[in-house]
This record gives sequence, C-alpha cells and structure tokens, in this order.
Amino acid sequence: MAERYDVLIVGAGPAGLAAARAAAAAGARVGLLDAQAHAGGQVWRRDVDYRATGLARRRLAFVQAHPGVDWLASSTVMAAAGGKLLVEDPHAARWLDYGALVLATGAHELLLPFPGWTLPGVTGAGGLQALAKQGWPLAGRRVVVAGSGPLLLAAAASIRRHGGHVVGIHEQAGYDDLRDFVRGLWRWPGKVLQAAALRARLAGVPYHGSSVVVAAHGDDRLREIEVEGPRGRRRLFCDQLAVGYGLVPEVRLASLLGCRLDAAGAHHQVWVDDAQRTSLANVYAAGETCGIGGRDCAVAEGAIAGHAAAGRPPSAALRRRRHHTRAFAAHLARHFALDERVRRLPQPDTLVCRCEDVSMKALDGHSDARAAKLATRSGMGSCQGRICGSALAALGRFPSGGHRPPLFPARLDTLGDTDFT
Amino acid sequence: MSGQVQLIIDGETFRVKAGISVAAALAAAGRPFRRSPNGQARAPLCGMGVCFECRVRIDGVAQQRACMVPVREGMTVDSDG
Repeated sequence: MAERYDVLIVGAGPAGLAAARAAAAAGARVGLLDAQAHAGGQVWRRDVDYRATGLARRRLAFVQAHPGVDWLASSTVMAAAGGKLLVEDPHAARWLDYGALVLATGAHELLLPFPGWTLPGVTGAGGLQALAKQGWPLAGRRVVVAGSGPLLLAAAASIRRHGGHVVGIHEQAGYDDLRDFVRGLWRWPGKVLQAAALRARLAGVPYHGSSVVVAAHGDDRLREIEVEGPRGRRRLFCDQLAVGYGLVPEVRLASLLGCRLDAAGAHHQVWVDDAQRTSLANVYAAGETCGIGGRDCAVAEGAIAGHAAAGRPPSAALRRRRHHTRAFAAHLARHFALDERVRRLPQPDTLVCRCEDVSMKALDGHSDARAAKLATRSGMGSCQGRICGSALAALGRFPSGGHRPPLFPARLDTLGDTDFT
Repeated sequence: MSGQVQLIIDGETFRVKAGISVAAALAAAGRPFRRSPNGQARAPLCGMGVCFECRVRIDGVAQQRACMVPVREGMTVDSDG
C-alpha cells in the first residue's frame, strides 16, 4: 500500500519550505521531497563553507525539527498515476499517496548555445554558483559572469565569496533597460537593499551592459572568450565562464499531471488562482513553477499553498504580499528581455543537443521538435531535452513540447511494476 | 563541517573536504567527467542535476550525476574520460 500524506510537497526550496511550514502548523501530516540531498532549493542551497542565515536558517530548522514533516531527501518523482506519485530515491522506489499535492518544483537556468559553449569551464551562472556552494574549486580562478538578469549579481557575489576572481559581469540587456529597471525598484524596498548589499560585495568588479559573450575558445578546456559590447569585440582570458540567460519554470510534473499551463514567453508556467490552486482538484503550485518571481514571491506563494492545502484560508496579508512580489516579476521580465543578438549566436556547426552531439544545421528542414528528434536524436539523451528543448524554444526554433514519463532517467526496478499506458 | 574523506577516483586515492559534491571532488583532483558521443571532453554545466553533463560511475553504478551526490568515505568514482 502506498504511504499517504495529508499534504505532499514536491520541491524543498523557499516555496516548498514555506508550504511545509504552513501545512504542518495547521496540523497536517506533511511529506516534503526534493531530488537534492539537502533542502533549500537553489536560492537557499546548502553551502559547504558558510552556514545558512536569516529566513533560510529558520525555515530549514523548522522542517528538520517539526514532527509533522517527513523530509524525503534525494527523492525524484518519476511518474504519476491514479492520484499517486512514483518516487525514486537512491535505494528504492515507492508510490506516495496524498490528500493534497503542492508543486514547488522551481525553475532551471536558460542555457543558450554559442560557439564553444560545450567546453569544460563553461557553466551556467546559477550553475557555477551551485557548484561553488558544493565545494567546486574557484580559489585564484579567473571567472567571467555573463548572460542576463539579477541572478548574475548573486552568482558573481557567491563566486567571489568562494575565492574566484570575477573579471567582469556582462549583461546582455541594454543600458536604457537597466536604468529603467533600477529606477522602478523603489516599489520593492527589500530589493533595493538586496541590490545594495550585492553591489557592496562586488566592489571593484566591472559591470557591462549591452554585452554578449559570442564565443568561447580552448583545447580540452576553456582558455578565453570573445565578448561583444557597445565598443566592439574583445577577447578575455578566463578559466571559467558562468553564463545564463535567466530562468525557465520547471513544469514537467504539472504537465504530466494535466495541470493547465499558460505561455510565458517561449516557455510555460503553471496556471494558478489566488489560493495557488491549479486547474486540478487538490493540486496546488507555488513559486517559480508559476512564473519567475524570485524568492520573496516563492515564500509568499508557498505559505498560501500550504495553508490552502491544509484546508485553511490564506490571510489577506499573504495575498497582498503575493500580489506585490508578482508585480516585481513583471518588472523584471520587461527589462531583461532577450536581445536578438543572443538568438543569432549559434552557428550552423554549433552543437545544440549536448547529450547526443546534434548541431544546429542538423535540425534544418524539421518542422517540430519531435520530427527532429526522430531523425537526429536531438533531445533524446539523458537530459531528456531539458537543455536543448528550452534553448530551441527561446531561439524561436521549436516550441517546447509535451512531457512523458519517466520524468528523469529511472532504474529498471523503479519502472518494473508501472503501467504507463 | 570540518574533516576530510578519502575516495578513489579512476583508481587513484584522493583526500577531499567532507560534504562536497563528487563533481567538486573530481574538479579538485583535476579528473575529467564524461566524453560526448563524438569524444569531446565535457564537464558540469547546470550544477543542479538537470543537464547530465557531469555523469560518472559511482561505486559501480553508472550514469550518476556527480553534482547531486555528496562524497562519502571509501567511495569509488570512475569517469569515462
């Protein structure tokens, strides 16, 4: 028989942790699972060198101490059927049953192809931040941070804190957009404080707008990059390039369940009402999976979802906070829109599917992602099209498609008794 | 969070900081990750278990994402590089 939780929460970042706290405080028996070994998600990812502080520390401590919360580490949802989830951990697989489900699956970074992006030493921006927090050696390494969005500042600050020498930050958005973004920030005083703190931690690091990394060069690893800015092209020596173009909502589980999705630019986000209910009964969603809104938004939405999933009406104050933080998301999206230059970066021989080594030109003549996949193996590798699928959607090549189980590569014994028809 | 663990990477013994990821241990040891179908050297890209570029064999089990697994005392890691 499947184990049953009153409230089962998928994803233990700020949204999932807030949901767990709210639901447990309301007396629900809560299951909180995450694919990572430690709770915290990406924003509050455990750091091997620095202890968690502030809200992150309090939320992580609450989940660990509360008898009503089962923390299920290193657990991945592979499939869903009959109102239950098939969950695999390093030892076994099992079905979990629930009264209410909260999807707090977060987002992944938008990683876009350009010549040389497959070289060892090229990572995402949030990607290198995550690696650094897990002990990736950065001491004395020259690091260029590039791409788009406020995450670049947070990533650069983490990289510096872990001993990396941040050579510069290259933001693709133009100076007009950056100026308007900063001018509009007064409506979110918390963000102004965050931005000021990051600036202080990044003192002396040059920040370039309208600046795009067009190529990476090296033999067996990254040696130098080419950057194109308002004053032309130049070459920079570096050991690491941390380049990411913002975040993409992670909607695969919601899609598999049949939740209504809305378009979010070239990607999708989960539709929710003002109590974080999805289009499916007893299924809630909160945080980045509902659209990129940042940590404060995730915390507010997670709390609303946790209350609602436990049968308690969310307070008016929480709803106001959600509304306010969602408005910041719109402000962000408006000023960090992807520049056309970035879409033109991949050349015909640039690999787009890194799992199967499929080039851009190999996709020519195929009408959609499925046709291309059948003919070229593009998107057929272990990442299941997570990287190339999001990239091709952002490049305007193929729309991002439907999702089939298993959601991640699974062990055979996990799938043994599963009927996917 | 102090202390070290010992692990065997591609047959060689290394001591690394306890609690770090296998990906970080490989980087600290200067060891490669996977090779692509065309034979190109690859290394971690996303850092969060999505891209699968960091996969290695851990304790005999293939296709493990090095960024998702913390090091353990006595662990054996094999890259295909």
